[in-house]
Amino acid sequence: MEHSSTVAGNPVHDNHGGTKEIWRTFWILLGLTIVELVLGYIMIGVESTGGRLGLKGAIIILMLAKAFYIVAYFMHLKGEIRNLVMTILVPLSLLLWAIIAFLYEGHSYRNNRNTYDAYTRERSNIQSTDKKADEKGMHEKKRTGAETME
Amino acid sequence: METTTAGLDTKWWNGGKSPFNVEYGKLMMWYFLMSDSFTFGAFLIAYGTVRFSSNGWPDPNAVFKSYPGASETTNAPLVFVSIMTFILIVSSVTMVLAVHAGHERNKKKVATNLIWTIIGGLAFLGCQAWEWNHLHHEGAWWGSNPFANSDGTESTDNFTNFFFTITGFHGFHVLSGVVINIVMLVMTLLGTFEKKGHYLMIEKAGLYWHFVDLVWVFVFTCFYLL
Repeated sequence: MEHSSTVAGNPVHDNHGGTKEIWRTFWILLGLTIVELVLGYIMIGVESTGGRLGLKGAIIILMLAKAFYIVAYFMHLKGEIRNLVMTILVPLSLLLWAIIAFLYEGHSYRNNRNTYDAYTRERSNIQSTDKKADEKGMHEKKRTGAETME
Repeated sequence: METTTAGLDTKWWNGGKSPFNVEYGKLMMWYFLMSDSFTFGAFLIAYGTVRFSSNGWPDPNAVFKSYPGASETTNAPLVFVSIMTFILIVSSVTMVLAVHAGHERNKKKVATNLIWTIIGGLAFLGCQAWEWNHLHHEGAWWGSNPFANSDGTESTDNFTNFFFTITGFHGFHVLSGVVINIVMLVMTLLGTFEKKGHYLMIEKAGLYWHFVDLVWVFVFTCFYLL
């Protein structure tokens, strides 16, 4: 433990799990993705705000679980020394603050505009006319529009 | 005796050993990835902020509902994007297998797995190119959004602007990853790592490639599912 040659001579981490662990992680990731997709399909039919929020929350939790498995096992961060892990993860906690602060700000901006800005309020009530042309059989017209845009 | 006065933690940093026990390049790759996740984080948080400040937003299931060869009226949400996600996960697995083979210094296995990873990356890019092309034909581009909000009201261009910017930035990362992997493959086949005595370079390329997969987990969730 005293001499540095152990570090220099063996910079490769030993891989305890081997390919078995890799495939296990793969199946976990695949399973989580399938559950995410199933929840996404279920959400298409859900109308209530609460139900949609619950499903979205579940999807976000699954997303974070996927991120954990990729970082911990594929990127092998779990096998690194704690100090190293901390220098990477602690700065990233800034993003937690940013998510909360900015989403809150966005929500508040929306409320303020709806309360005080008559233009925004009215504009957001305009029904779409030429949009979603697919359903209204105006596909040809829209295509030409896209071409002139180029 | 000096060592008795110094605690265990101090000894760790006393010199003579590598406190992080990784080589320089790998440590710097981690820090690069950390900075890159701030970039992607900022993009996605900006997207979330704008979405939270909007009264309406297009329904992703009404936008991303086609796949190659489907007819104009096809309504198949999430199908194509789940294929893209699957491709990226599999290519991540082959990459980690390449890194693993590198630890065993098995040149042939490294090369095979790298080739699979490159194929996966190219397949993903192909899917994305098709999707962009398809959306563009529907009239979607930067500054042009043909999709109405989910409640039927008129939408702004924010949806397409964020979609093309963020998936474009991610796609650019995939492209760089494929180029890096091709360089790694060439170096492997030329025996560069064999001469060096280790395949640590593959490990760094692998970190980058997994990061691309990691970002896709977030992009995919934020744009297609939520």
